[in-house]
Amino acid sequence: MKDHETLSERLAEQGISRRAFLKFCTALASLMALPPESAAAMAQALAKSLRPSVIWLSFQECTGCTESLTRSYTPTLESLIFDMISLDYHHTLQAASGFAAEKSREDAMKNFYGKYLLVVDGSIPINGGGVYSTIAGRTNLDLLQETAKGAAAIIAVGTCSSFGGIPNARPNPTGAVAVSDIVRDKPIVNISGCPPIPSVITGVLAHYLTFGTLPDLDDLNRPRSYYGTTIHDRCYRRPFYDQGKFAKTFDDEGAKNGWCLFELGCKGPTTHNACATTKWNGGTSFPIESGHGCLGCSEPHFWDAGSFYTPLSAPVVNIEATTLGAAIAGAGVAVAMSSLDRNKIHRAQQAHEIMSVKDL
Amino acid sequence: MSPQSIPIHALTEEAHSIGNIRALLTEIASLLDKLDRNNESGMIDLNSLPLAPGEYEKLRLALGRGEVSARIDAIGPSEIIETHYPGVWWVTHYNVEGDIVADLLEIATIPEIIKSQPEDMHAGLARLRTRLSEVAE
Repeated sequence: MKDHETLSERLAEQGISRRAFLKFCTALASLMALPPESAAAMAQALAKSLRPSVIWLSFQECTGCTESLTRSYTPTLESLIFDMISLDYHHTLQAASGFAAEKSREDAMKNFYGKYLLVVDGSIPINGGGVYSTIAGRTNLDLLQETAKGAAAIIAVGTCSSFGGIPNARPNPTGAVAVSDIVRDKPIVNISGCPPIPSVITGVLAHYLTFGTLPDLDDLNRPRSYYGTTIHDRCYRRPFYDQGKFAKTFDDEGAKNGWCLFELGCKGPTTHNACATTKWNGGTSFPIESGHGCLGCSEPHFWDAGSFYTPLSAPVVNIEATTLGAAIAGAGVAVAMSSLDRNKIHRAQQAHEIMSVKDL
Repeated sequence: MSPQSIPIHALTEEAHSIGNIRALLTEIASLLDKLDRNNESGMIDLNSLPLAPGEYEKLRLALGRGEVSARIDAIGPSEIIETHYPGVWWVTHYNVEGDIVADLLEIATIPEIIKSQPEDMHAGLARLRTRLSEVAE
């Protein structure tokens, strides 16, 4: 494929009509959370766009983010997006290996210096000089610093590269950090989620191609169009929360009636993501629709934010340890109280009851 | 215990209703009014709405089916149906695997996707002229 061709020229070569392209843009506008009327304007802008070079680096990760994108249920959309970019390096997807693979990264960096997009999934371990994860004998830290220098912008895909993710969870033996902890002089977009919604990755790339800029970002550098509201804000069970109707266990009458899962530990009220509207598995459902609360995977430190089944209204700190600490300090009454509380907690756990702040 | 002895309780429609359908119909009425008065078209992206399970089907029932339907084959099929309310079109785009990639209500005299696009017309005209020149030879 010739790099100097515009998208409309390439599509015409492939026999894709303008109407088909307009349909594609309608779907893009929908997943970019833009007004559907903007599809025609998008089609005009995208048709004139040139193919940018993209270097994709995978560090301390599980490949779930790449799986999310490549196994998505809208392959036509995603494959068209891949048609719009020149993916010059992705060590999981590319056919080349060894020196040839590394050469393609170096060539792209040299030929498109200052213009290429750098996509990163996975956190970067920095303990021990970064030895916990290496590619071609070089640390992730070294590769990131080198590749980031000539990037026009960086897209951190997944919670690991956005905020450190699971590798960063206590006790974080590898010293895992986010891209933004290392690179401070480049625009960074965080597409958090474990994994992130595939259409959000596509949408951000499409935004860059359409408008030539990065989308509007929130205080954690996430695109506002997807992370501007909480799961709770857009949840179809929200009216039940407002009415005070809560499921108390996963098999009670409230759960069967589809009531709010707040008391079962749903992290929807503090989690910013588009799951409630974009949904998963080709728009089939999302965790809450399947009867389980949100885990909050697109938020920083979600793995260390207490039990997935503890209501948000309950404190995250270790109450038991705090109370025992007070007891050791000489508060005799506290000793008796903490003992009573622990018994109550144990009984509640055995009986599978929901605890409130008052109980604790 | 026989399967017949298991009690079956039918839920009423109100049990799961959270009021989205009425809100949507009100918005459609407002857009249709704009089309009628000012010839101003509008769209509603159904993918971006937090519909409860079953509400999508209820909306289908509420809008019904009118006189016109069309199908487009362009990187997967698209289905365009005029609802029971003229000017209100249900436009569903599928990919080649049959998954929905966009689902819209378009309030217009003719949905945009049905119209012939100028770029396609130019390309078609060029093909036709080539054909004519071949026939002439």
